Amino acid sequence: MKFAVIVFPGSNCDADMYHAISDALGAEAEYVWHHETSLQGFDGILLPGGFSHGDYLRSGAIARFAPIMKAVIEAAKEGKPVLGVCNGFQILLEAGLLPGAMKRNEGLKFICRPAVLTVENEKTMFTAGYEKGQEITIPVAHGEGNYECDDATFNELEKNGQIIFRYQDNINGSRHQIAGIMNEAGNVLGMMPHPERAVEALLGSDDGLALFQSIVRNWRETHVATT
Amino acid sequence: MSLLLEPTAERVKEEKLYLEMGLTDAEFELAESILGRTPNYTETGLFSVMWSEHCSYKNSKVLLRKFPTEGEKVLQGPGEGAGIIDIGDSQAVVFKIESHNHPSAIEPYQGAATGVGGILRDVFSMGARPISLLNSLRFGELTSPKVRYLFEEVVAGIAGYGNCIGVPTVGGEVQFDPCYEGNPLVNAMCVGLIDHKDIQKGQAKGVGNTVMYVGASTGRDGIHGATFASEELSEDSDEKRPAVQVGDPFMEKLLLEACLELIQSDALVGIQDMGAAGLTSSSAEMASKAGSGIEMNLDLIPQREKGMTPYEMMLSESQERMLIVVKKGREQEIKEIVDRWGLLSAEVGVVTDDKRLRLLHNGDIVADVPVDALAEEAPVYHKPSKVPAYYEEFQKQEAWTPEIDDPKETLVQLLAQPTIASKEWVYDQYDHMVQTNTVVTPGSDAAVVRIRGTRKALAMTTDCNSRYLYLDPEVGGQIAIAEAARNIVCSGATPLGLTDGLNYGSPDKPEIFWQLEKSTDGMSEACRVLETPVIGGNVSLYNETNGVAVYPTPVIGMVGLIEDVDHITTQTFKEAGDFIYLIGDTKAEFGGSELQKMLNGSISGKAPTLDLEVEKAHQNMLLTAIKSGLVASAHDVAEGGVGVALAESLIGTELGADAVLNGEIISQLFAESQSRFIVSVKPANQAQFEQVVKATLIGYVTNDPSLVVKSADEKTVLNVSVDEMTKAWKGAIPCLLKSKA
Repeated sequence: MKFAVIVFPGSNCDADMYHAISDALGAEAEYVWHHETSLQGFDGILLPGGFSHGDYLRSGAIARFAPIMKAVIEAAKEGKPVLGVCNGFQILLEAGLLPGAMKRNEGLKFICRPAVLTVENEKTMFTAGYEKGQEITIPVAHGEGNYECDDATFNELEKNGQIIFRYQDNINGSRHQIAGIMNEAGNVLGMMPHPERAVEALLGSDDGLALFQSIVRNWRETHVATT
Repeated sequence: MSLLLEPTAERVKEEKLYLEMGLTDAEFELAESILGRTPNYTETGLFSVMWSEHCSYKNSKVLLRKFPTEGEKVLQGPGEGAGIIDIGDSQAVVFKIESHNHPSAIEPYQGAATGVGGILRDVFSMGARPISLLNSLRFGELTSPKVRYLFEEVVAGIAGYGNCIGVPTVGGEVQFDPCYEGNPLVNAMCVGLIDHKDIQKGQAKGVGNTVMYVGASTGRDGIHGATFASEELSEDSDEKRPAVQVGDPFMEKLLLEACLELIQSDALVGIQDMGAAGLTSSSAEMASKAGSGIEMNLDLIPQREKGMTPYEMMLSESQERMLIVVKKGREQEIKEIVDRWGLLSAEVGVVTDDKRLRLLHNGDIVADVPVDALAEEAPVYHKPSKVPAYYEEFQKQEAWTPEIDDPKETLVQLLAQPTIASKEWVYDQYDHMVQTNTVVTPGSDAAVVRIRGTRKALAMTTDCNSRYLYLDPEVGGQIAIAEAARNIVCSGATPLGLTDGLNYGSPDKPEIFWQLEKSTDGMSEACRVLETPVIGGNVSLYNETNGVAVYPTPVIGMVGLIEDVDHITTQTFKEAGDFIYLIGDTKAEFGGSELQKMLNGSISGKAPTLDLEVEKAHQNMLLTAIKSGLVASAHDVAEGGVGVALAESLIGTELGADAVLNGEIISQLFAESQSRFIVSVKPANQAQFEQVVKATLIGYVTNDPSLVVKSADEKTVLNVSVDEMTKAWKGAIPCLLKSKA
């Protein structure tokens, strides 16, 4: 399975994502510059964290116009796994691949710390390696991670099992402590915590590894089934 | 501010306009004699900024020469953007510290942010990828609303810049004392990693080669920033706000990636950051170091505003700019790399052989000055020095001894002193994990960052207890180095070398110059004994507000090498049943201690004593034991003494400790004698540990989460729950920030 790590100007977790895939997971990864227009040959798409275009406008608001985003949307439609982490999540929201929006953290300060998450839905291609209700420690590092959506959207998310991770403590003010959501089709996941920072025990936690392993396992199973 | 209104050379001289730029009468005369004519307005600006203390070290040079700067692993000592030390496997570590005190005093967010931006450029202009940031901050007491504002904005500024560019802020220190009230200290340190083959020099070599400008355009911000940094703050300083630059970390991220790509091109000859004194220092220094000259056409400089004068362009300190020298004919290759990152580049000049900096503007030569005169020939002063009255007074005093009724209450109060209390409020705002190499996060003695693809890691710390330096600059200077090395050793690393950020008052005052002399003597001696060469640094003088100087504060930024990640050691106790040892002797030393400050509101008397040979022996023993796998945890004993060190070894664990302290109990608990460590050791390793390390067994780790300390007669002196200590320690700073008093 081959992953694309999309690099926008100002992405700064692109290398972390790359190493999580190639070193910890042992899969293939390649950087794709935002000016590219095709994601042919990639089986999974990763939008890393950072401050695309400085986030001087709303986070992700400029990156979503990047030439590569057409291909990302295309890949999402084809059912390929698309994971957006932190700024990548914000870009997925701005691109309309996921519903809702981000506000500044409730405390109006950037926060960086390990966060305990609860796995809300384990029946997805991203979370099959976890158990329902499992508590996992994944670091957060963001200033705008306060997830907001309207009531109708929230009810839909809840009804469809699209809420994938919740914070155990509401560290940033997110609606119903939402830390990560999925699209209805089940192949696009956006999350503020950084699973790529939690793939080695040496650095404090390897709870994020199962997320990447789940993606690969699902790909192998479906790949074998369809060929 | 148009060119037409610029004063003529005659007016500069007659009306002594150079005084306003920071040049003295004698310095102006020297410039005149170098040129053989009266310098015009622009040239006067060039001299004034290059001969400022910030750029020329004219007042501190005689002292800096004392530092040992060489060692078998030193690849680059002072003189370039940053120093470099070999770490084996064809890799090296690059680091430097720099101050941004004055800008931060009047515009704390941007002042601090651009301090981070500047030190990053110093490191990546050497060809290194920045792998971590640290800082060292000093403020007045948090009870003052102005101080709270400065503190919050400085932290936000550091966070804003470092988080955006994606370099983790892994460590630092913050101390509070009334002497910093009007003049906070903001020192930022950057550590980078480089392959030997990529090491760059800021040199303008090769006559006929092209001088190119890369990065952000030049605006009117930060004009004369270096000069402003070289004078005292006063009530009028707010008017100097235009001398503070504005940072753009996104631009810097692009510049960083572009530069690291550029250094891989053999078309690149030299590269230097446009930091303090901007275009002037980068062009003059690159030419001077290479023995060449540079001719620049200022019409070609990318400009943010219309109608900028040569003076404004040359003295602007607009951020995120680099000056590079490129092989003639290969400019296009360079331009393509820069274009890809969406940055500006422009061919602005050419390398010449006449050792002059010649500037053209609108077809006229507007400046023509020897580069060595600017970069190398600033006057050097050896200022008069005088022992301050306060020092003589303190030396005569009887040693102060505290009277304490309730040691438990005292310990809890000490833990809540802002200088000791948890800095979580600060580092929670810094992304300290990006780049996914941070093994030991902020809050420990030293931060540890592993080197990807190897078993190695780097330990790094910033440290300085300026109270000891105030009481005794020489001993305090030794302690600053020793304590930084202690932090490094505790993490399992061998100290490699250091960068120093020297922050002092006005050297024009003999008592301040004496502090500079004595403290650099002490530091030099400690560096020699502990084998930690000084590979670069920064001098910030004139840290005074309305005539009152800060304590002498030479911040030490030290880096050490951990040969194997298995050696990484942290300060917290690991398991119940482990033995607790104290390395080092305790004396009734309370001069400059946290306890003295807390109880008396001020410090006095003598600084703690330090024997450098003992220090070295203790560090070597501990490091040997750590590397042999005999040590479960190690923590240096610093502010607040053994009591605080034991508490810090427990906070964050679910463990407790039982300890028996022989000798006068208040000294045993709270004195700040040097060269001491608290170490825990598994019972299985006891015999071996005791063979390697000379230490006193003082107790053991327990499962009951409280700290129990008994005196020699088995009487319980204090019994305090870890929970109570944690609350005091963690709550102190957030609580002070919430108060509206």
